[in-house]
Amino acid sequence: MKHIVGKVVLLGYQGVGKTSTVTRYVENTFNHHVTPTVGASFFSCKIKVDENYVTLQIWDTAGQERFKAMAPMFYRNANAALLVFDITSPTSFEGMKMWVQEVKRNVEEAMVLCVVGNKTDLNDQRKVSREEAIEYSRSIGAIYLESSALTDQGTGLIFEKIAQELLKLSGEGSSSTLKVFDNDFMAKSSELEATDIGTEENVNLSIGSIAHGNSVQSRCC
Amino acid sequence: MANIEIEPGAAHESVLVTTESFGEMTSSLEEIKCSSSSVSSHLEECNNDNNIIEQFEDTVSFVGDNNTDGEEAQELQKEWLGKEKHVFVLSFAGKPIYSRYGNEDKLAWLFGVMQTLVSFVQSNDDCIQSIHAGDTHFVFLIRKPLILVAVSKTQESYHQLTAQLNYVFNQITSTLTLTRLNKIYEQRQNYDLRRLLSGVERLIDHLLDFFEREPSFSLGAVQCLPLSPSVRDTISSSIVGSCSKIKNLVFAILLANNKLITLVRMKKYCLHPADLHLIFNLVQASESLKNSESWTPLCLPKFDSSGFLYGHVSYLAEDCQACLLLLTVERDVFFTLSDAKQHVVEKLRRANCLEAINESLNSSEVKCASAGFPEIRHYLYKCKSTAQFHQPSLSPLYAESKVHLINIYKRVHYRLHGPARPLKLVFERNSEEALLAWDTKGFELYVVFEPLIDTSFAINSVGRLLNWIKKREDKLFHLNAPTF
Repeated sequence: MKHIVGKVVLLGYQGVGKTSTVTRYVENTFNHHVTPTVGASFFSCKIKVDENYVTLQIWDTAGQERFKAMAPMFYRNANAALLVFDITSPTSFEGMKMWVQEVKRNVEEAMVLCVVGNKTDLNDQRKVSREEAIEYSRSIGAIYLESSALTDQGTGLIFEKIAQELLKLSGEGSSSTLKVFDNDFMAKSSELEATDIGTEENVNLSIGSIAHGNSVQSRCC
Repeated sequence: MANIEIEPGAAHESVLVTTESFGEMTSSLEEIKCSSSSVSSHLEECNNDNNIIEQFEDTVSFVGDNNTDGEEAQELQKEWLGKEKHVFVLSFAGKPIYSRYGNEDKLAWLFGVMQTLVSFVQSNDDCIQSIHAGDTHFVFLIRKPLILVAVSKTQESYHQLTAQLNYVFNQITSTLTLTRLNKIYEQRQNYDLRRLLSGVERLIDHLLDFFEREPSFSLGAVQCLPLSPSVRDTISSSIVGSCSKIKNLVFAILLANNKLITLVRMKKYCLHPADLHLIFNLVQASESLKNSESWTPLCLPKFDSSGFLYGHVSYLAEDCQACLLLLTVERDVFFTLSDAKQHVVEKLRRANCLEAINESLNSSEVKCASAGFPEIRHYLYKCKSTAQFHQPSLSPLYAESKVHLINIYKRVHYRLHGPARPLKLVFERNSEEALLAWDTKGFELYVVFEPLIDTSFAINSVGRLLNWIKKREDKLFHLNAPTF
């Protein structure tokens, strides 16, 4: 059994439903009159995958142009990126592609990419076809999922999928920023949150050493 | 009048910067201000009054949506024209940026007219300030690189309208910083700023509505949540205790329901009420902050218009809707501040402060009548040295017409502070109410009485009121100025 902690960043054009997706999953609520996110909001949740636990530290960023300069702070050292667009808005699809390019350009670490087409409850007004989105996702090596935060369709799957992929990633040992603890007891939640957003490089637990069965000392013990 | 030694609410040190004249906003950075450097040009056009309005109505026919049929468009037009106060923001090149009502794109022609007026007067090395046509006032504020215009049928004065435009400008700089704003227009004069301001219109809308409902803006002061001094001190010291070791934390602000609970600051730095008003506006207008912890850049134009502070913004707890802002100059200390916030909440919970805050939030402020002043309907008391004010809860008479009450205060505030002939004491009576406004060195007091009150009785009750406030000053005002 192991416990991994991954940083997840939500990116996408304004108004596509990034905040609604997270709050639907984390708090199981939906607000019709949600105001635009200011800066970025932080959520944390823990998911059980088979015998293992995955803690997701989720950064829900603001889609508005003026906050764009802040984004690197959140996608740097991220282990997974959720790229959200609105299936009724080709503009948001293009906006999402810009984010993919930016992330690809600036992040060297291996990371999980997941493209999400949101608002499937508006399927009759769909402007971005499923095929187009799947093809694009395949071309960038991303998973493609569709969801509706309004009707709670597919939101759970998004985060579970991310958790599974992060576990896979930790097994491959290709990410040095993904934090892995060899049992749940050592990963106290306070310890997990007392980390930095981007600049701090204090977790030197090498995934490789775990794979080779070396014992890894958690900082809290 | 009464023997009061020190004005109620005064303190040796203030948490806020205090300003005498609040209408004029100055900034630490270089700014081109027209009012001081150039001759004012008030264009009086009263004779052509009707003419202008007619033309205005003619041209305004473009406002309505082109797709809607004639009747509907006319309805829209009428509604648009009927608005009491319009506010527009445009670039020096005449590009529309913001219109309080209607779609800016459809009003492009109107922005063109405004830009022409400004540049026409400017070509004579002069600066347009206002146009008055009957009871409609057109007020221009030129703050490079933007032009701000208010078209108002309210009774507000030129200075009050300029103050509002200044706030709008500050709201824009608060989201972008003045440095960035200038840079954008240096690079491209015809830039469409709306791209960067998406979402900010909402803040500006809220700010302008706020202005119409809250006396704090014209007073240049903030209201505190009434708390017993020991509770407020415990809250302040909990914040100091949890945050004092954090480097470069500049301000910690705790507020609830538009009232200040406490403000802890870094030594040597003070917060200007105008900056605090922008913070109140941001918190009030952003429901999304309630969902979770947020991390946001924020420029406080009076504090420093050239750069951002970073704010950790969160509500204390599900069961206590007070909002804590921790403002720092470091851009990547979210988790440090998040931990500090947790500590603060734990301490406050143990000391029963959360309950005390809730209790104060749920109980409305004392009504005048129950405090022993049946003749007083409402009052505003501002302590100048701390830039804080106090008001009782609204009597049923004004509960429905708060805007009316605010307008009374605005009018009488202008009579005290009008630049042409400032007054010390005003007493006026009309069929609806009697008003007393008093400006002293230490405080300003505005009282709305029953219309039939006897003058000497009014003066007598003002004396008693001041004593009453004095007795409760440590509860009503934030008298300490804690630092990290």
